[in-house]
Amino acid sequence: MEAASVGSGPLGDSPRGGERSVLRRSPLARLPDRALRWILTALAASILALIVYFFVKLVGEARPAFAKFGVLGFTFDNNWNVSANQFGALPLVVGTLITSGLALIIGVPVAVATALYVTELCPLRIRGPVTILIELLAAVPSVVYGLWGIFFLAPKLQPAEQWVADKLSFVPFIGGGIVTIPNYFITGLVLAIMILPIVSAISREVMSTVPIDHKEAALGLGATRWEMIRMAVLPYCRSGISGAAMLGLGRAIGETIAVTILVGDAPVLGKHLFGQGYSLAAAIANEFGEAQELHRSALFAAGLVLFVLTLLVNIAARLLVMRAERSTKPKRTAADFAETSAPLGAGMGA
Amino acid sequence: MSASAHTLDRFGVSARRRRKDKIARGSVVAATAIALVPLVLIVYYLLSKGLGSWSIDFFTTDPTGNTFFASSSIGGIKSAILGTIEIVAVASALAVPVGLGVAIWLVEYGRSSRFAHTVRFFVDVLTGVPSIMFGLFIYIALIVGTGSSYAAYKGAFALALLMLPVVTRSAEVVLLLVPGSLRESALALGAPRWRVIFKIVLPTALPGLVTGVLLAIARAAGETAPLLFTAGATMKTEFGLGGFMNSLPIQIYTDVTSPTTSVVNRAWGAALTLVAMILVLNLLARLLARRSSLG
Repeated sequence: MEAASVGSGPLGDSPRGGERSVLRRSPLARLPDRALRWILTALAASILALIVYFFVKLVGEARPAFAKFGVLGFTFDNNWNVSANQFGALPLVVGTLITSGLALIIGVPVAVATALYVTELCPLRIRGPVTILIELLAAVPSVVYGLWGIFFLAPKLQPAEQWVADKLSFVPFIGGGIVTIPNYFITGLVLAIMILPIVSAISREVMSTVPIDHKEAALGLGATRWEMIRMAVLPYCRSGISGAAMLGLGRAIGETIAVTILVGDAPVLGKHLFGQGYSLAAAIANEFGEAQELHRSALFAAGLVLFVLTLLVNIAARLLVMRAERSTKPKRTAADFAETSAPLGAGMGA
Repeated sequence: MSASAHTLDRFGVSARRRRKDKIARGSVVAATAIALVPLVLIVYYLLSKGLGSWSIDFFTTDPTGNTFFASSSIGGIKSAILGTIEIVAVASALAVPVGLGVAIWLVEYGRSSRFAHTVRFFVDVLTGVPSIMFGLFIYIALIVGTGSSYAAYKGAFALALLMLPVVTRSAEVVLLLVPGSLRESALALGAPRWRVIFKIVLPTALPGLVTGVLLAIARAAGETAPLLFTAGATMKTEFGLGGFMNSLPIQIYTDVTSPTTSVVNRAWGAALTLVAMILVLNLLARLLARRSSLG
C-alpha cells in the first residue's frame, strides 16, 4: 500500500533522491502515517469512552433516587410530588409517550405524503423549492416553535379543541373536561411539525431508490397513478419509512424546550387529551435549577430513563433502516466503500 | 408519465378507480400544502412581532436587569448575540476537528471493521440523545464534582457534544463520495497516506464538509436546553470563557415569560434575530452544497 516516491514527483521529493526499491521507505518517512493513524484511532476510541463515561456518571448520580424508590418503583409509580419528596416518574413517562405518539400519528402521514408528492407527483420545476421549504422547517429553533405554539397556535386552536371535546364527550380520552391552553394535543401537533423534515427527508431518499421497472410494470398493467404508488412504491419503502418514523419518534421523545413550554406543568397521568401534562425532559428543564439532593437525584434518574428510551428507539430505527438498505442494495465489499455513494446514512445524522 | 383522464378513459379504467386515484392524489397534494403552512405562519408571526423591536439600539446595547420599567431602560440584546457567537464558535472549534477526525478514521482506516461498526453505532446513538442530556452530562462532569459553578466554556462543551455526531455523520457521507480511484492514483504515484488524505481527499470533499459543518453550527446556535445548566446567564457582555455568558436562546426563554410587554417584545426581536442568523447559515450551506462537484 505504501509506495516509495521515486525521485521527485508532483507529490514531493523523497528524502534521498535517485532510484530506490518501490517498497522500501525510511522509517522516518513512515512516521507521519503511523502518527496520523494512531491519533485518529485514539479519537474514535475516545468517543466510545466518552459515552460510556457519561452513562456511568449518570447512573451514579441517579443511584440515590433508585435506592430509595427502586428502579421499577421509580419508573412506574404514579406519584411525582416535589413538595412531599415523592418521585414516581410514571406521569412523566406517560406524558412523554403521549406527546411523542401524537407527533407520530399526526406527523408521519403528512411527512410520507410530502415525500410522495416530491418524488412521484410533483412537476419537475417546483421539486427543488418544495424540498427546500420542507427542510427549512428544521432550521427553526425549538424555543421559537414553543413560543409560536403557545402564543399563536394554542389560542387559535382552543375554540376548535373545545368543540371537539364537547362533541365527543362520550369518548374516554378525548372528550369532556376543560380545554387548557397548554395541553397534550398542541404539544403533539407542534412536535409533529418539528419531526416533519427529518421523516420527510429519509422517506424521500427511500422512495427515490424504488426501481423504475417496478413502477413501469404497474403502470403498464393499467394501474392508475395512485394504484401504482400503492402497489409498487409503498410496499418497497415500508422498512425505510418505518425507520424514518422511528427516528422522528426519537427526536420527539428527546425534544425539551418546545415541550416544556407547551405541555404545561402538571405531573398527572394523562387523563385528558386537551389537558395539561408533563414529560421527562420538561420536568428536568423546569425543576433542575432549584432541585436539592433527592429531587436532583430523581431528575438525574428521569434523565437516565429518557436516555434509555431514546437509545432503544434509535436502535430499533437503525435496525429497520439497515434492513431496508440490505434488501435493496447488493452486498458491498470493503473495496466498494470508497467508491459508491453513501446510502440512507445521508439523511440520518444531519 | 402522467395518466391523464383521457388515457384512463381509453383504457377503460372504471369510474370508481378513477375517483380513488383523484382523491388520493388530491390528498397528497393537500397534505404537502398543509405541511408548508406552519413555515409561512411562523415566519409571518416572527416578522410581525419581532421586526418592530429591531433598531440600532437593540443590537448595540446590553439588556439591563430592568424588567419593570419603561422600554427605554430595558436595553437591547447585544450580550446575547455576542454570547451566542462566542459559545458556538468555541463549540465548533472543539467539535469540528474531532468530528472530522472520527469521520476520516471511519472512512480511511476503520471502514467495515467491527470496531468501526461500534463507533458508527455510538455516533448514531449520540445523534438521538435529547439535547438536555448533553447539558446534564457536562453538569455531572464539570460542575458536580468540582464544586465550581456555571461557565461559558462548559456551555460550549455541551454544544460541542451536540454538534459532534452531526459533523461526523455528514462528513463521513461526503468523504465516502470521494472516488476511490482518486486515492488510489495518488497512492500509486508514491504519496504517503497522510498526504493523500490532506492534499487529495479533504480538498475534494471540502464544499460538502463545509456544508455539513455550517448545518451543525446552525443547529447548535438554536439550542437552549444544553445551555440551561451549564453556561449560566448574565446581562453584561462578557468575553471571558470562565464566567457566565448570555446567549440568544436563553435570553429569549427568560424574557418571554416576563409580565412587562416591552421585555416580551424584546424576546420576539431576539427570536427573529436568531432565526435570521440560522437561516443565513442554512442558505450558505445550501449554496455551497450546490457548488460541490460531488454527489
